[in-house]
Amino acid sequence: MSKFRKKKGGEIPAVNTASLPDIVFMLLFFFMVVTVLRDNNLLVQNTLPKADQLEKLKKDRSVYIYAGKPSSRYKDKYGTEGKIQIGDKFTDISNVKFALTEARENLRPELQDKVMVALKVDEETNTGLVTDIKQQLRDLNMLKIIYITAPGNPVDQ
Amino acid sequence: MARRATPEVNAGSMADIAFLLLIFFLVTTTIEKDKGIARQLPPDEEIEDPPIIKQKNLFVVSVNKDDQLLVEDELMKVGDLREAAIKFLDNGGGVGQEACNYCKGAGDPTSSDNPEKAVISVQNDRLTSYSMYITVQNELVAAYNFLRNRESQRLFGWKFTEVKQAIDEGSFNGNEEDAQEKLEQIQKLFPLKLSEAEPKKSGQ
Repeated sequence: MSKFRKKKGGEIPAVNTASLPDIVFMLLFFFMVVTVLRDNNLLVQNTLPKADQLEKLKKDRSVYIYAGKPSSRYKDKYGTEGKIQIGDKFTDISNVKFALTEARENLRPELQDKVMVALKVDEETNTGLVTDIKQQLRDLNMLKIIYITAPGNPVDQ
Repeated sequence: MARRATPEVNAGSMADIAFLLLIFFLVTTTIEKDKGIARQLPPDEEIEDPPIIKQKNLFVVSVNKDDQLLVEDELMKVGDLREAAIKFLDNGGGVGQEACNYCKGAGDPTSSDNPEKAVISVQNDRLTSYSMYITVQNELVAAYNFLRNRESQRLFGWKFTEVKQAIDEGSFNGNEEDAQEKLEQIQKLFPLKLSEAEPKKSGQ
């Protein structure tokens, strides 16, 4: 019955790691492709409200507007009233149009007509501020907007 | 002269380099999945003689500065809003030319004639919280989606929202143009007619 006897020596052979670089490279490429480097840091608090009837945002044709109270480290300087942030600086409501026109010019030319404004507004903000922004957008004729929300059921909070 | 074989490059450290890069990208990655409620704003122009909307075709939702909801002059919890909106849109109380042959509602003559005529009007206070505003919008969109899903299920055997999402994500398999046409057809049955009034100043 020597057929079934183990071959001499009980040493475990070393695991072959030759394909490790390939696996790592695969992961690397995945993360390289999905990475979006943050291009603007948030100056306002940004806890998004919840909603569940969602549509996806087409990122290549969107301009972001953030609004909310200044985050804790900017509180001393800017107070606690709701503020608007476009790009990486605070913008006054009268300046929104200018900042948006500028932001739109950064998009690809063929998509500039299809621009969509993504509103990322903190859930504690007053609706009045949002209404002011929307009025500016109407003046600018940028009529497609999307309220960015977090997924979840808003009713049972 | 004897040909010398070029020595092989030692690739042993390749894995280390790749790991280093991998860790860098792992740390910097923020996978952002932005989703939200899309809306088309009305263009900023004066409308000459605006169409007159009958009182019964109008569903008024007001929110005050304390986030309380008033629907058709009755205090309501936000959890009941979806149901009420569906009931209003699906009422189909019209007769003759204005009859709605696909509505399954009560047919109450004091409520909306047909979904084509029914308008939901949202009135906010300037001090309403944004989360409440979104919740109301969400519930109203949900009411439309519910009805659109029901009609697409009846006519084509699929759900409106699912097919729309599949097309948006590019994962729809089948005739996309045909589906797009059908989506538009459903949208025509229940057109999204949400109007937002200028918000009141606080306290009024």
